Amino acid sequence: MTYTDSDPNYGVVPAPDTQAYPQDVMAGLLADAELILARYPRQRSALLPLLHLVQSVDGYVSPRGIELCADLLGLTGAEVSGVATFYTQFKRHPNGKYTLGVCTNTLCAIMGGDEIWASVSDYLGIGHDETTADGLVTLERIECNAACDYAPVVMANWEFFDNQTPASTKALVDDLRSGASVTPTRGPSKVRTFKEVSRVLAGFNDGLADEGVGAGPASLAGLKVAQAAQAAQATQATQAMDGKAKK
Amino acid sequence: MSTQLTPILTRFWDDPQSWTLATYERHEGYQGLRKALTMPPADLVQLTKDSGMRGRGGAGFPTGMKWGFLPPPDGGPRYLVVNADESEPGTCKDIPLMMAAPQFLIEGVAITSFAIGCTHAFIYLRGEAVHVYRRLLHAVEEANAAGYLGKNILGSGFDLEVTVHAGAGAYICGEETALLDSLEGRRGQPRLKPPFPAVAGLYARPTVVNNVESIASVPSILLHGAAWFAEMGTEKSTGFGIFSLSGHVAHPGQYEAPLGITLRELLEMAGGMRDPSKKLKFWTPGGSSTPMFTDQHLDVPLDFESVAAAGSMLGTRALQIFDETVSVVRAVSRWTDFYAHESCGKCTPCREGTFWLKQIMERLEHGEGTQGDIDKLLDICGSILFRSFCPLGDGATSCVTSAVQYFREEFEAGTHTAAADLFPPAASTLFVKETVSA
Repeated sequence: MTYTDSDPNYGVVPAPDTQAYPQDVMAGLLADAELILARYPRQRSALLPLLHLVQSVDGYVSPRGIELCADLLGLTGAEVSGVATFYTQFKRHPNGKYTLGVCTNTLCAIMGGDEIWASVSDYLGIGHDETTADGLVTLERIECNAACDYAPVVMANWEFFDNQTPASTKALVDDLRSGASVTPTRGPSKVRTFKEVSRVLAGFNDGLADEGVGAGPASLAGLKVAQAAQAAQATQATQAMDGKAKK
Repeated sequence: MSTQLTPILTRFWDDPQSWTLATYERHEGYQGLRKALTMPPADLVQLTKDSGMRGRGGAGFPTGMKWGFLPPPDGGPRYLVVNADESEPGTCKDIPLMMAAPQFLIEGVAITSFAIGCTHAFIYLRGEAVHVYRRLLHAVEEANAAGYLGKNILGSGFDLEVTVHAGAGAYICGEETALLDSLEGRRGQPRLKPPFPAVAGLYARPTVVNNVESIASVPSILLHGAAWFAEMGTEKSTGFGIFSLSGHVAHPGQYEAPLGITLRELLEMAGGMRDPSKKLKFWTPGGSSTPMFTDQHLDVPLDFESVAAAGSMLGTRALQIFDETVSVVRAVSRWTDFYAHESCGKCTPCREGTFWLKQIMERLEHGEGTQGDIDKLLDICGSILFRSFCPLGDGATSCVTSAVQYFREEFEAGTHTAAADLFPPAASTLFVKETVSA
C-alpha cells in the first residue's frame, strides 16, 4: 500500500519526512518556547504546550518538532514521542485545516450523535481520524466533551456546536470547506484554523476571549427557574402586603 | 415545602459580559480574598473544614481536611493544582462555569493558595475546550492587572503566580495523580498511593489537588461563613452544587441546588420528561462511572450518603436521563467502548478487562451474545473492581453490573436479538421528528 498524507497513520507507516525548520520559523519557535518554559518551575512541564506549539506550525507532531522538543528539554526523541502518542489531540500525521469531532459517547450518541456521525462520514467519504483529499477536514469520533446538556454536540477545532442534526452538520462541513466564516454556538465569532487553535492551546492568548456568549440557554436553565420562583414569591409578598393594607 | 434552587456560582451567568472582572466585582468579587488576606492561613483551613464542604469532583473527600493534610512548611514550594480536566461522561458543570464566570475560580485559587502557603498554582484544563482556555487566560490576565494575583497582592506581601495549562485529550488525566504526571510532561498514568499528593505531589512536593467547583465555592464560603454554607444541604453533605441534567428531559441544563434535592424535584423544574408519554427508564446520578438508577430511585436524596445507601455514588451530579426508547445494552456497550479507549494501559485488570468487556458488550448489542456471556461479564467485572490501579477500572464496571442488576432480561435478549431491533435508535434522538418525516 502506498502511503499518502490523507491516509490514517496508525504508527505502522513512518510519518513523511520533513525539512529542517527555515531559520525565521526556528527563531520564532525558540522565542515562543522560551516564554512557555518560563511558566513552569521545571522545564519538562513545558512538553505538552510545546507539542501544541509544534502543531501550530506543522499541523501535526512532526519528526522535526519532536527533535526540537527533545533538544529544548534534554529528552530523547523516543521520550517525547512516547508522551505525544498518549494524547489524542496530538496528531501523528498532518491534520486537516479543521478537525470535525462528532461526540459518539453514550448520551450524545443516543440523542443523535450516531446518526450525525453516519451521515457526515458518508457525506465526506472518510472515517475516524481520516482527512478529506483537499486537506480541509479531519473527521473524528470524540468522547464526552462536557456539553451533555446541549446533546448532540459537534466540535469544530474544539469550539462548541450545540444541538446538532445531520443536516446542520453537513451545512457546517460545507461552510468550512467553502472558506465561509463559521460561528460556533458558544465560542468566538469565527472558528479558527487547526494551527491557530493549537497556538492558543500552547498558552498564547489570541485576544478572542471577549467574543461569544457567556452561557448558552441550557447553562441558564436552572437560573431562569430560580428567577421565576423569586419573582413569584415577590408578587405573593406584595399581594399579602396589599391585602393587609386593605384590611 | 419542596427544595428551592440556590443560584450562587450560576447567579450572574446571564449577564451579557458575565466572564469579565468588572462583572465579577459587581457581584461581591474579590471581597472574599480581601477578607482572607487579613486572616491567619490556619483559620482559613479551619473555616473550610467547618463548612463541611466535600470535594465536588466526584470522590467527595472533605476539602478542608485535604488542605489540612499538608505537612508543616519546610521552606520549599507547596502547590495548588486545580483539576479542570472535566471528562467524566455526562459531566458538564465545570466547563460552563469557567466559560461563564472564570473569576470565581481565580479568586478561589488565590484564597486557597494563601491558606496552604502556595506561591505558584496551576489550573489543568482539558485541551478540548479552547474557548474556555481563552476565558481562563484572560481572567488570569485581568486579575494580575488588578493586583489580585502577582506580587504583593493587595499590599499583603503575599505573592502568587497562576499558570493555566492545557491538556491534550486523555480522560485518565482527571485522576489526580495521572494529572500530576501529565502536568510534569509525562504520559498521564496514575501513581501508586501512598504517598498521597499532600505529601509528595507535583515535583514530589506537598500539593493540594481540588476540583474546579470546590475551589470556585471557596470565595462565597469565606464571605458568608461556614455556617451559611452548612445551612444548605444535608447534615453530612453540606452546601450547594451544580446538578447537570441531560438527555430526555424537556429542559436539560445546569441546576444549582442544595445537596439532597431529588431527581423528582429536579425533573419537575426541568419541565419533566422530554416526551411526557415516555417513561423514565434509567439514569446516572453522577456520571457513567456511578452505578445507574431507575425510576425506583426518583426520591433518593442526592447527597453523598443517601445515594451510597441506594447502591450508587453522587459522583459529579451528572444526571443523564434516558427514557424507555433507549436500549440499556446499547448505552452500556458505548460506555464500555469509552473505558476501553481511555484505559491508560498501566495495570492489567483494567487494560485487559475493558478489552474483553468491550467485545462481549458488542456481541450482546448485535444480538450475537452467547449463553455464558452475562456471567462472563460479571466475572470480568469482579476481576477489575477493587483490583485496578485507579478508579477508572472500577468505574468501567459500574454501568455493566448495575445494568445487569436492573435489566438482566435485556442482556438475555442480546443472545438472539440486536438492540437496534428492540429499540430503534431513531426514536431516541433530539431530532426524532426530523427523522420520522424524512
